Amino acid sequence: MNTETRTTPRGVVPDPGVPDATDAAVHAVDLVKTYHPKGGGRAQPEGVRALDGLSISVEPGSVFGLLGPNGAGKSTTVKILTTLAAADSGSATVAGYDVAREPDQVRRAIGVVAQRSGADPVATGRDNLVLQGRLYGMRGVQLTRRIDELLARFELADAAGRQVKTYSGGMLRRLDVAIGLVHRPRVLFLDEPTTGLDPEARTAMWEEIERLAGAEGLTILLTTHYLEEADKLAARLAIVDRGRVVVQGTPDELKGELRGDALAVELSGPAADELRVVGALGSVDGVRDITLAGRRVAARADDGAAAVPAVLAALDRIGLGVAAVTVSRPSLDDVYLRYAGRSFSSAHSSAPEGANR
Amino acid sequence: MSTAVVSDTWYMTQRQFMAFLRQPAYLIITLIQPVIWLFLFGALFRKVATIPGFGSGSYLDYLVPGVIVMSAVSSNMWAGMGTLEEIERGTLNRFLITPVRRSALMNANVVMQSLTTAFQSVVIVLLGWIGGAHYPGGAPGLIVLIVASSVLGTIFGAFSNALGMLVRERESIIGINTFLLLPLTFLSSAFMATTLMPHWMQVVARFNPVNWALEAGRSAMSAHADWWSVLSHGGWLVLLSAAAVWLSMRTFRSYQKSV
Repeated sequence: MNTETRTTPRGVVPDPGVPDATDAAVHAVDLVKTYHPKGGGRAQPEGVRALDGLSISVEPGSVFGLLGPNGAGKSTTVKILTTLAAADSGSATVAGYDVAREPDQVRRAIGVVAQRSGADPVATGRDNLVLQGRLYGMRGVQLTRRIDELLARFELADAAGRQVKTYSGGMLRRLDVAIGLVHRPRVLFLDEPTTGLDPEARTAMWEEIERLAGAEGLTILLTTHYLEEADKLAARLAIVDRGRVVVQGTPDELKGELRGDALAVELSGPAADELRVVGALGSVDGVRDITLAGRRVAARADDGAAAVPAVLAALDRIGLGVAAVTVSRPSLDDVYLRYAGRSFSSAHSSAPEGANR
Repeated sequence: MSTAVVSDTWYMTQRQFMAFLRQPAYLIITLIQPVIWLFLFGALFRKVATIPGFGSGSYLDYLVPGVIVMSAVSSNMWAGMGTLEEIERGTLNRFLITPVRRSALMNANVVMQSLTTAFQSVVIVLLGWIGGAHYPGGAPGLIVLIVASSVLGTIFGAFSNALGMLVRERESIIGINTFLLLPLTFLSSAFMATTLMPHWMQVVARFNPVNWALEAGRSAMSAHADWWSVLSHGGWLVLLSAAAVWLSMRTFRSYQKSV
């Protein structure tokens, strides 16, 4: 990709577009949180700023994705919204309750599947569910029925009497989700629910998340560092980097921001002159950002598929044969690159430690 | 206390109790270790009872409270490891996200520690009795001993929990525990009458909570119970346990702030 597309056009960054607080299931404004890691006192006297003015708004009954590398501030956001941690400044409401002033009401309205399974490994799956229900004040037949329902639904009925430490990774994750759902929450937080799962278990988890949001009308806030996961599940998503939302919108909107599909043409022979190639393709409507590297021509097109015949004809006119053409919709990786100003994988490796504990 | 705190405490205690029962290896070790101490030390120090001024007729009679109190210390001083594991596994955070009363989480630790310590103490009393130990103070004396060891267990359990939440390192807990157990035990009347100790040890022992539990228990267990000694040593124990529990609550609160 050429360097021109990497520069962030400041003026074009969309306004977060935060709707009215009263009808949002989750509404956070300007959250700031600084951690003071032990032993980091001298190295970082000001602490690690995990959140630096993060604002999001989630509509009821939708899946909202928080996408970003480790240490971007996703987990910290979840901790604040689930009343586990207090923000240094800023405010947030969940299901209409203020997380700082009405933590008890928030706790009753939410279910949480944290990054680390909180299930008790020595207890059985059923015991874990029973205890969870009791902590929410559920008792007797009502609780037993709810647990049977969840065990059947998450295909854990046969394993219900076994200690959780004997469960596979996928089973454990399903139990975690069941634990989060016992008390019928209105808002479900899923903090990297598929990290560490094998592909099969991941697909199953995706289907489950789609089912929860679709038929059951649950509001889901999902954090992930998998681009494809956010793309597949989230109706809206916010890209988080260094404790701030850099851009938010629907996956298609965000990809549309890049204006156009990526067009890659593999020439059958080396092109002698870049200018001629650029000149020929530049005459095709809607094609721009043309670059040549060896035999590879890369360009952007408003409608990639429609531009292919004209591109082939233009190359033919200047006497260049084509070995292959690929058209790809822009990926969220491209979006990330554009707004965070660095590629997703490089952000991953440079993420500060400690902010994601 | 509201009923929610009581029921939450009950559920959390129940959880810990089930975990205790479901780990038979741990259960067996907590029961076998005192047996070994009882018969090992009983055989090793048998002749001690014949030293002029020792005061007790049979060393086994003397040893039973010593082993009870030492077991109370050694099994509870590892409580912080469990807490640390719950933190690392995310279980503690999972509970903190529920509406569970915060105090119930810590109450459950205290209740669990005192119950398991009492259970362990009863087993040692029975083992000693099978081995031929006499308890001239009868039931009241044994009850005082068991209660005192439970309170002592609570003290060490609470300190250990506070340490676990504060340092978040297994190595620190292991280090401090292995460092403390033997000095605390031998600087008390667990195995040797204080009157036969060097003077400086006697002074140290006076400030050793392990010795308070032993003094309270032994005073109540003798044929002529010294209830003043029971009350004063017991009082110090209760005070210290209140301080230890308070400290663990404080560190728990600072843990919640550090999440």
